Amino acid sequence: MNAVMDMHEWSLAEGVLAAVVEHQQKNKMKKVCEVRIRLGELQRVERDIFRYALTEIAKLKGMNIRIRIETEKAILRCRGCGHRWKLSESEQLDEEKAEMIHFLPEVAHAYIGCPVCRSPDFEIVAGRGVVIKSIKGVR
Amino acid sequence: MSTIINERLASVKRIIAVSGGKGGVGKSTVAAGLALILSRKGYRAGLLDLDFYGPSTHLILGMKDLFPEEDKGLIPPELHGIRFMSIVYFIRDESTPFRGIDISNAITELLVITRWGDLDILVIDMPPGVGDTTLDLLRHIKRAEFLLITTPSLPARETMERILKLLKGVNSPILGIIENMKLSQKPERIPDKVSGIPVLGSIRFDRNLESALGDPERLMQTSFMRDLKKVILSQF
Repeated sequence: MNAVMDMHEWSLAEGVLAAVVEHQQKNKMKKVCEVRIRLGELQRVERDIFRYALTEIAKLKGMNIRIRIETEKAILRCRGCGHRWKLSESEQLDEEKAEMIHFLPEVAHAYIGCPVCRSPDFEIVAGRGVVIKSIKGVR
Repeated sequence: MSTIINERLASVKRIIAVSGGKGGVGKSTVAAGLALILSRKGYRAGLLDLDFYGPSTHLILGMKDLFPEEDKGLIPPELHGIRFMSIVYFIRDESTPFRGIDISNAITELLVITRWGDLDILVIDMPPGVGDTTLDLLRHIKRAEFLLITTPSLPARETMERILKLLKGVNSPILGIIENMKLSQKPERIPDKVSGIPVLGSIRFDRNLESALGDPERLMQTSFMRDLKKVILSQF
C-alpha cells in the first residue's frame, strides 16, 4: 500500500479525524459511532484512498467509526454576471492544473473563468472539497 | 482546524510572522533574509510565504523548478537549506483573484497538508494589512511572534503602529520592530521603543540590494543582510 501513503489524502484524513476528536471532546461524547463526509468534485479527492486513510488513522487512535462518504458535483456562480454553471461545463483543464486544484482548491480561481464573461470572480456554491456533514456518537 | 494545524507545527520550536501593515516596506526581503541568515547559522529554518496576492520570497531566494514531495501530505522542498512553502507552487505564473473566504480556505488547507517536520524556526512572510491572513494566523497559531517592519516614512510608521495596537490588544507575542530603508543622512532617530515594544534596530537603505535578489551568495554580501544580521541575531 505504498502508493496510498504517498497521497496527500492522508493529511486530509488526519485533518478530518482531528476535527472529529475536537467535536467529541467539546460535546463530551463517550464514543463516536459514525462520521458522514462529503467530497466535492472540484478537489478530486480519491475516495478509496481517503476512506483507507480515515480507517487506518481511526484505528491508530483506537476509534471504531462507521465512515460514510458521499460525493457532490461542483457548482460555480459568477459574481460578475451571475451565471451559474457546473464544473463539467467549464473548459477542460489539463492534468497539471487539475492536480494543483487537488492540492489547493482555491487555485481554481487562477485557472477557471466564467464560461459567459470569463471572470475569475466566482463563488464555489457546492462541491469544493472535504466537508464533515455529521458526527454521530453516544454521550 | 486549529488542532490539526498546531499538530502539524508541533515540532517547530519558534514561529516568526514578519508583518508591519504597509506594503513595500521590505517585509518579504526581511522574511527571506532572516530565514537565510538563520539557516546559514545552522538553524533548521523554514519559510512560509502567506502573501497570496503578491508572493515574492521565491524570487528573492532564486527558486527554480521545485515542488513539494507528497508523503502523507506535502513536504516543503529545501531551497538553499530552507524548507520552503509558497502558493507559487500551485499557481505557477498566474494571479490569485481570491476573495476573503478563499484566502481563509487556502491558508487552512495549506497549513493542514504541509508537513514541516523538525524546525528550529519557521518564518512567515505576511501580506500587507490586517485582513484575513493576519486574522487567520491569530486564530490558528497563537504562539506566532510578530516581527514588525516599518520605514522612516510617516505613512509606514503610522500603519505599523495601528497593527501594533491590534496585536497588543489581543495579547499576541511581538518580537520587536525593525526600521528598514533608513537613509543615513536623515537626522531623526526612531525611539528605542514604540508603545512599549522594542525597536531592534535599523537597516540602511541599500541601493545594491535589487541586483542581488535571486542570488543568495550575493544577497549575503549586501549591507542589507549585514544590517539585518546585526539587528536580529541577538533574538536567537
